[in-house]
Amino acid sequence: MSTTTTRPEARELRITKPLATGRNGELRPSALIFLLLLWFSLFVAFAVLVTLLITIFITGQNKLSWNLVTNFPSADPEEAGARPAILGSVWAIGTTAVLTLPLGIAAAVHLEEFADRKRWFNRFVELNVQNLAAVPSIVYGLLALAFLSMLGVTNKNIVIGGALALTLLILPVIIIATREALRAVPSEIRDGSLALGATQWQTTWRQVLPASVPGIATGSILALSRALGEAAPLLVLGALVYITFDPNGLLSGYTTLPIQIFNWTGRPQEGFHELAGATSLLLLAVLILMNALAIFIRNKFQKRW
Amino acid sequence: MTTVAERQGGPATGRAPSPSSSFAGRRRPGEFLIKLGLRLAAAITVITTVGIVIALLVPSLSFFAEVSPFEFLFGTRWAPRFADASFGVLPLVTATLWTTVIALLVAVPFGLGAAILLAEYAKPRVRKVLKPLLEILAGIPTVVYGFFALQFVQGTVLRDWLQLPTGAFSVLAAGLVMGVMIIPTIASIAEDAMSAVPGALRQGSAALGANRMQTTLRVVFPAALSGIVAAVVLGISRAVGETMIVAIAAGSQAQLVSNPLEQGQTMTGFIANAALGDSRVGSLEYNTLFAVGLLLFLITLLINFISIRFVRRFREAY
Repeated sequence: MSTTTTRPEARELRITKPLATGRNGELRPSALIFLLLLWFSLFVAFAVLVTLLITIFITGQNKLSWNLVTNFPSADPEEAGARPAILGSVWAIGTTAVLTLPLGIAAAVHLEEFADRKRWFNRFVELNVQNLAAVPSIVYGLLALAFLSMLGVTNKNIVIGGALALTLLILPVIIIATREALRAVPSEIRDGSLALGATQWQTTWRQVLPASVPGIATGSILALSRALGEAAPLLVLGALVYITFDPNGLLSGYTTLPIQIFNWTGRPQEGFHELAGATSLLLLAVLILMNALAIFIRNKFQKRW
Repeated sequence: MTTVAERQGGPATGRAPSPSSSFAGRRRPGEFLIKLGLRLAAAITVITTVGIVIALLVPSLSFFAEVSPFEFLFGTRWAPRFADASFGVLPLVTATLWTTVIALLVAVPFGLGAAILLAEYAKPRVRKVLKPLLEILAGIPTVVYGFFALQFVQGTVLRDWLQLPTGAFSVLAAGLVMGVMIIPTIASIAEDAMSAVPGALRQGSAALGANRMQTTLRVVFPAALSGIVAAVVLGISRAVGETMIVAIAAGSQAQLVSNPLEQGQTMTGFIANAALGDSRVGSLEYNTLFAVGLLLFLITLLINFISIRFVRRFREAY
């Protein structure tokens, strides 16, 4: 009977009030402090990133000139440049790409499109790929070192040796990325192709692979950019050599940008630290470009089914 | 080969029930070769693992023929190049332990904080901007981190600003910077785990009057726990295996590290440093590299198996 006497506004008020306290729970001091801590942890990560970029820029800015790109290393920091390291990186990463991409994509296609998961061998391969992705990179250097000495190669500081180590290092990364790209292609595409009489391989080659190219490209570029920044396995192979010539083939001696940075970091003179900073900036610029390209490809070409 | 068609319920590429079908027995030698090639590519990953094991085991065995495994594992003096050589790996292990623990003290709280923010609080548009920014940290070459650790963290922050009694190198500087490097690894996997928790659980919690913090800490976090543990375990494995930061900033003196301001040589740091010297193939020095490499490999393998187990558990939960 009270409903007739109560005015509608008052009724609404009574109903909405207890619900509103649920919202107010978000503004309790404990909840606010918690949210503040969350933002703080993200802030710390970005603060370090910004500090790192600024310090490296301040250290390296004096040496950012064409000399860095065109000159050979030298005992005089004023004269020294990273030309052989740049060319060496191009050789090593180019060779790595040629070796890894077909191998990694083929392995991923096998695992995703053809392999029977009920068979222990295929499950073992999957587990193994996961494990390989977590093996420390320096172990791949030891593997390549042992392999080369088994072949009787005395000079281990050759492009193909480094590329071998880097290939094995990023192979699992490319396999995992490619599998994800293949998995994103809906099974209707496969079924449609098979229903028209195409064979399993024709379906894979003409339908599934073209559809997953953007995903594969994104993953591959990210994997190669990881190889470009990697120094540990090449260090084990003895890539820390004073190079005063342009690397010119698979059997040529070489050094890479990260190794050159490591070398200059370890010297006492301030001038070499500036060179290390400038070379780091160069390397970071290339890596950011590669990452931007990968993100661009992902956003521009990736299909939503 | 026919298993493929079976798995996807495809019509008839392989065995057809009646031999009268014209498609049935058609042999495609080209396709057979292609499939063989694909299978071979997958097998190469297994060959790599076998190769790693053999490559590490063979020189290690000749190392242990000269040095007893007991001395290697429990000796407290690491001096492989001295005249009175000594091969106790504990100094390398303690330095690795220090850098790993320091790195985790940085990476676990900040990584999980970032993950919770991204998974539970951030709007999709904000997440789309913040996540790639965070991943830039993972893309920075470790040699650049090492340079930063040595020049800025050790030289400027620890020595000049904080006036700490430390030399040119310390495991503290290396560990701190390594921790920052690992933040995105932990954040990314933990975020995946938390995003995989069904929304119904959050709605249920909110319906009982919990606010977002309570929902996150008491419902989402426990539900995603195995994925979060997997993220932390993977972080440990990355910290143990990281080379360039410790090779540059932790120093190269192998000693039992009792204080994070001291310098110390980690397992990876030793391999990197020793490889710089020219050691003859088959010499004891060369074999020592592989013995330490084998220990490192076994440790990360063990850690990784634990991680995979936890990942499986959180994937199967829902």
